Amino acid sequence: MKTISLTVDGRAISAPEGQTVLEACIAADIHVPRLCFDSRLEPYGGCRLCVVEIEGMRGYPTSCTVLAADGMVVTTQSPDLHSMRTTVVELLLSDHNISCLSCDSSGRCDLQDLAYEFGIETPRYAGETHKVDLEDDNPLIARDLTKCIACGRCVRICEEVQGASVYGYHGRGFNVLPNTPFGGSLTESGCEFCGQCVSTCPVGALTDRRAHFRARAWETQKVESICGYCGVGCTVSYEVKDGRIVRASAPLGRGVNGGNLCAKGRFGWSFTHHPDRLTTPLIRKNGVLVEASWDEAISLVAEKLGAIVAQSGPQSVGGLSSAKCTNEENYLFQKFLRGAIGTHNIDHCARLCHSSTVSGLAASFGSGAMTNSISDLAQAQVALVIGSNTTEAHPIIGNELTKAARRGLKIFVIDPREIRLVRQASGWLQLKPGTNVALINAMMRVILDEGLANREFIEARTEGFEALETMLLALDLDDAAETCGVPLDAIRTAAIAYASAERATILYSMGVTQHSSGTEQVRAVANLAMLTGQIGHPGTGVNPLRGQNNVQGACDLACLPNCLPGYQPLTNRGTLDRFCDYWESDVELPETSGLTVVEMMDAAVSGELKALYIMGENPVLSDPDQTHVLEALESLEFLVVQDIFLTETTAYADVVLPAATFLEKNGTFTNTERRIQLVNKVVDAPGQALPDGEIIVALSSAMGLAMDYDSPSEIMDEMSAVTPQYGGISYRRLREIGGIQWPCPDDDHLGTPILHTKTFTRGRGEFAPVTYRPAPDSPTEQRPFVLTTGRHLWNFHTNTMTGASGGLRELNPSGYVELNPRDAKELGVCDGDMVRITSSHGSLDVPVHVCTSQHSPRAGVAFMPFHFADAPANRLTGGELDPICKIPDLKVTALSITRIEA
Amino acid sequence: MIAPDTSTPRAAYEVRVCAGSACVANGSLQIAQRFEEAIARNGLAGSVRVIKTGCHGLCARGPVVVVGPDGVFYPAVDLDAADRIIVSVLGDREPVEPLLFRESPGADSIARYADVPFNARQQRIVLRNCGVIDPESLDSAFAAGDYVALSTALATMTPEQVIEMVRDSGLRGRGGAGFSTGMKWQLARAAEGDLKYLCCNADEGDPGAFMDRAVLEGDPHAVLEGMALAAYAIGASEGYVYVRAEYPLAVKRLRKAIADAEARGLLGKDIMGSGFSYSVSIREGAGAFVCGEETALIASVEGRRGMPRPRPPFPTTSGLWNRPTCINNVETLANIPWIVANGAEAYAAIGTGNSKGTKVFALTGHVHYTGLVEVPMGLTVREMVHEIGGGSSSERPIKAVQIGGPSGGCLPASLFDTHIDYDALASVGAVVGSGGLVAVDKSTCMVEFARYFLAFTQDESCGKCVPCRIGTKRMLEIVTRITEGHGQPGDIETLERLGNLVRSTSLCALGGTAANPVLTTLKYFREEYEEHISEKKCRAHACGALSTYAVIPEKCKGCGVCKKNCPVNAISSVIKEQYTIDPDTCVKCGICEAKCPFDAIIRV
Repeated sequence: MKTISLTVDGRAISAPEGQTVLEACIAADIHVPRLCFDSRLEPYGGCRLCVVEIEGMRGYPTSCTVLAADGMVVTTQSPDLHSMRTTVVELLLSDHNISCLSCDSSGRCDLQDLAYEFGIETPRYAGETHKVDLEDDNPLIARDLTKCIACGRCVRICEEVQGASVYGYHGRGFNVLPNTPFGGSLTESGCEFCGQCVSTCPVGALTDRRAHFRARAWETQKVESICGYCGVGCTVSYEVKDGRIVRASAPLGRGVNGGNLCAKGRFGWSFTHHPDRLTTPLIRKNGVLVEASWDEAISLVAEKLGAIVAQSGPQSVGGLSSAKCTNEENYLFQKFLRGAIGTHNIDHCARLCHSSTVSGLAASFGSGAMTNSISDLAQAQVALVIGSNTTEAHPIIGNELTKAARRGLKIFVIDPREIRLVRQASGWLQLKPGTNVALINAMMRVILDEGLANREFIEARTEGFEALETMLLALDLDDAAETCGVPLDAIRTAAIAYASAERATILYSMGVTQHSSGTEQVRAVANLAMLTGQIGHPGTGVNPLRGQNNVQGACDLACLPNCLPGYQPLTNRGTLDRFCDYWESDVELPETSGLTVVEMMDAAVSGELKALYIMGENPVLSDPDQTHVLEALESLEFLVVQDIFLTETTAYADVVLPAATFLEKNGTFTNTERRIQLVNKVVDAPGQALPDGEIIVALSSAMGLAMDYDSPSEIMDEMSAVTPQYGGISYRRLREIGGIQWPCPDDDHLGTPILHTKTFTRGRGEFAPVTYRPAPDSPTEQRPFVLTTGRHLWNFHTNTMTGASGGLRELNPSGYVELNPRDAKELGVCDGDMVRITSSHGSLDVPVHVCTSQHSPRAGVAFMPFHFADAPANRLTGGELDPICKIPDLKVTALSITRIEA
Repeated sequence: MIAPDTSTPRAAYEVRVCAGSACVANGSLQIAQRFEEAIARNGLAGSVRVIKTGCHGLCARGPVVVVGPDGVFYPAVDLDAADRIIVSVLGDREPVEPLLFRESPGADSIARYADVPFNARQQRIVLRNCGVIDPESLDSAFAAGDYVALSTALATMTPEQVIEMVRDSGLRGRGGAGFSTGMKWQLARAAEGDLKYLCCNADEGDPGAFMDRAVLEGDPHAVLEGMALAAYAIGASEGYVYVRAEYPLAVKRLRKAIADAEARGLLGKDIMGSGFSYSVSIREGAGAFVCGEETALIASVEGRRGMPRPRPPFPTTSGLWNRPTCINNVETLANIPWIVANGAEAYAAIGTGNSKGTKVFALTGHVHYTGLVEVPMGLTVREMVHEIGGGSSSERPIKAVQIGGPSGGCLPASLFDTHIDYDALASVGAVVGSGGLVAVDKSTCMVEFARYFLAFTQDESCGKCVPCRIGTKRMLEIVTRITEGHGQPGDIETLERLGNLVRSTSLCALGGTAANPVLTTLKYFREEYEEHISEKKCRAHACGALSTYAVIPEKCKGCGVCKKNCPVNAISSVIKEQYTIDPDTCVKCGICEAKCPFDAIIRV
């Protein structure tokens, strides 16, 4: 990029081409007053405070809208400018409810700062002011428009970054104020409660309601860490007063989120201070969980597990790790089960989300992770978003898509539901659930027919193309279109756009992976990328969006039954021995894979698995076929659950161990784009609750495998020594550089933003001709609907954290089944009516949510979020597993729906 | 290629009834119908034809009817007059003397419309067909020469030659900014883009301005032809006419004109077989003044709130949907066919130094002849007001003109020798603007006058930038307070300070010019402000709070009408004796003054 040289106030500065004069000044630490500027927003030029003098330009241009140019001579301070700026601030103050004494923004209010900067004690102007009632009928955001300065930042961030467009401008002239459609409340206006408006409001007009009167701006300490919800890995700054979090925000320009946060990240932290937190170990005595000391609990667990190993062998013990926990903790967890117990029966929720990605992409490319970076999206011209409700499940990536779409990115949404992203999309391919393979094969055939296949790439970088070509040439496009239920024209448009773009990317998620043909579906996606050569450079790639904050790390560190840290195969005796030697363990580890999540449940029912150690998971809600899971847990001889709250699963535990939340520990998370980032302790854990890693250390040591670390940093040193991808990772480097994307083999390496740039990890990319197979539990006459499950923006997984975070909890408190208006009409049900929904696995009575869109979900499709104990969607799911990765079919379950008479 | 449809033979004798909005509002359509019925009744449809035209110009004397090849002019025609005119038309065709135009009662009649003093100094280029053709008939437009220029240009000129011609003509944007049209086209032509737009700005919002409306109502094809020529010049293939929804007649005629032109291959794909394609759609604005600002107009066409954005990038580089977009005003575009047909030199021969050609003005206020005027650039204000406008319509002298609408400036009578062109007006603080010209006599208070325009711009501010949103509001509050008798020392200085801030720091031209009426009246009529503030006096007796009503004893006959009509019982008297008005009770409604049959009540 070209560098521009300009002179500001007599000082020579430089700026990258494309920067505005204001941005160049900010970068050079030259203060220019401003109110309507936010680095996240497009230039606006509304407040007129950043006016400057530029030689050769008439009048007083706003520095926020003028691009820096070579040789420009800028003056930012002069008597004229000072006088104009003073007057502008005075005018703003003349229509501002000056209540700084008790305003929550006092001390971090830009207007207050400007009044001080310009020495304005009493503004020279006075007149009519706005009288608007305070809106505080929602739990999170307070709107006090008497303090609004109409800078438009809330309107713009809601439109430009969030894509929600809840705010617009009302009125004309003096009466212009940002407001919702028809002035309705935020709750009735489609607000997503991301609080982005709160984050950008320069005054006290939009504030975090829960922080009111809790702490003055100067009374808090800020601690920066990584959000513990989804896999995006946002940098969050938590404000703490007296050991309690008051408010969360994102530092501008930092981390993958660059200052943006979603509802969960911004408002979903108060669970950590919830009175129901576990504060002491609990041991079940006479059927009741009673408080116990750590010594007592650790001894009991060590003794019980030891006895079961002695009696039934190490393979009778299994462990479920947690993608919520840190890399260090996951590493220790598998080290404990492998090194102290001697089993590979380790798995975690990745089995239920992206195990098919790991198996599918590993087979096609040699590595089962997101190939490109989040920031890369800005360079793409076309994005296929397949089975990913991005704005709800990965809201910050949703923001990136929204921003890119405004700059011309063409988005094609492939989803049975009219997800929010459809608003930003150029095309929406509303396929039938479970038919991705048919759709992608059809796209590939179109690409072949149009001569858009990248022959050069195929020749140079891949193998197995002939088989794919043969399969595609035998494909009947009309049949394929009918199978997936998408008009052929729409398929053609998307295919041509994707293939002919210079840079096109694929984002996908559970809609592709959670099928008994998940591995095949992932391979179809990989085929598409290789066919067109849309991989290996910026703005391209195959990008599975990982669901949990650290699911990538938990996989990397081998909380999986079929590999060792860094995906090293466990079929090699030498590798196994090397690990055991390193760990100073004398166990004899098998050379075969352990049990996966679902297999562990089966083994528990059959009696082969006697003890299960669960660290931070809630399988009663999160795993398929709830009835079966309950039976499994009941069948166990010994169940230990380590968690932050009592959950649906702790009800079956023999021992419950109180753990610290991600806000109460140090460590690292690895986000969806393979970026390893430091997690910092924000507050102390309550009572005797301990970080999960410390509990494992105590237990492992009690069972004979000594673990002795002074800090998580030492654990990382051990991890990097045994995990090639993490070879160059250390806390020192993370502090210095910030997040690092693996592979990072050594201390000189700065990380790898894009995989497979020159060769694939496995050498040549492998095409795998896969043909469409109907989902096993497809609809029948008795069960004519398809149940598909997913997430909601305001809830996370089994709602353990979001359901205990005041404010978020109230927004979407309980479960429902979503139907499209026509199906609802045919069933004779209205919004809120109760229906009985039945699959071959179980039955539930739930209220109906009739979608406001006529088209969503697709006719015959019923959608349920899986977060809620009161409507556990996973009571209805289950059935076949993917033969390779053992992921269950969660997206296609035949269902009957009947109205329950009131 | 384009041949008039000859299936309807041209009538030999034409009765042109003005069907512009003003005359329509005065009942001209009923008059036209009266003529048509009489012609039909007499079986003369073949030889006499009624044409419902666009605006003739002299709106003050509407409904206007112009008859026959000589253009015999009948002002203020009502149904009775129509009946008498038809007798002449169907009979000897001699002018109906009593119905002819007279400058004053008893003066000599003037038979021909062209001979009316109002028309003497005019030169009609933009309005060449207004009042002549039937704007709803493409054939009528053909007959008057519309689309000949387009046909010639497509067949014989390159786009560059068209641009060169328009540049050499010296034409400047008539929407108000006065930027060189040729140069704008050059920029748009040079801009890179797979798709370009040429749009017509018909969002005429100045109070008292109706030039664009008249052109759209009177000769819509001229505008479309101008658009097609401009599109050809810059390489645009699509365009919009952004027109206010408050102009229903203009929208209707434009819509028909587009449909007719498309049906005849004059717009749309492969125009006249030339290979050049250009299609036009209409976007109706919702009445926001600021949408006349081109970036706000773009936002509005895109379906967003009409709010300006900073420039650069200029629309010619990145406009509608981020594509190169050239936006020209109605009047600008209506000039184009004439320039192409007559050449750059012919156009440049009209006008003064940097101000070439003609300009259409909407002349209103306290003059005899209000209406639509097209004059060569360079006439003086005095010529405009006194020769064309016929001077004051009352016995009070004209004391000021506001030129250029609410964005313009106010000039005192002492500057009436100023030439009306871009440079001369700028030198005295006014602008040509879009062409509003309001003349006011001594009964107008200049503070109140400025308040009116400021209230308009404050109300129409989009609210985006602080100076315009709050600055003009505070100014308005101060000016209002002055007119209400609550002015304070220092108010004038505050107005000047705020006015200069608003002018120098506002984002767009609306804000940039919003303070002009106040600043120019402060410059030329400062003493009126000072009197309001320090003496609590309004010399025009226009500010209610500063005026009282009084009875002139010599004139009062004691009839009691005033007392009977006073809504607040402020007038007392002894029967048959003199009446007095209690100033404390009086609410200054003015009913007594209006009702007094002897002009015995005055404002003081």
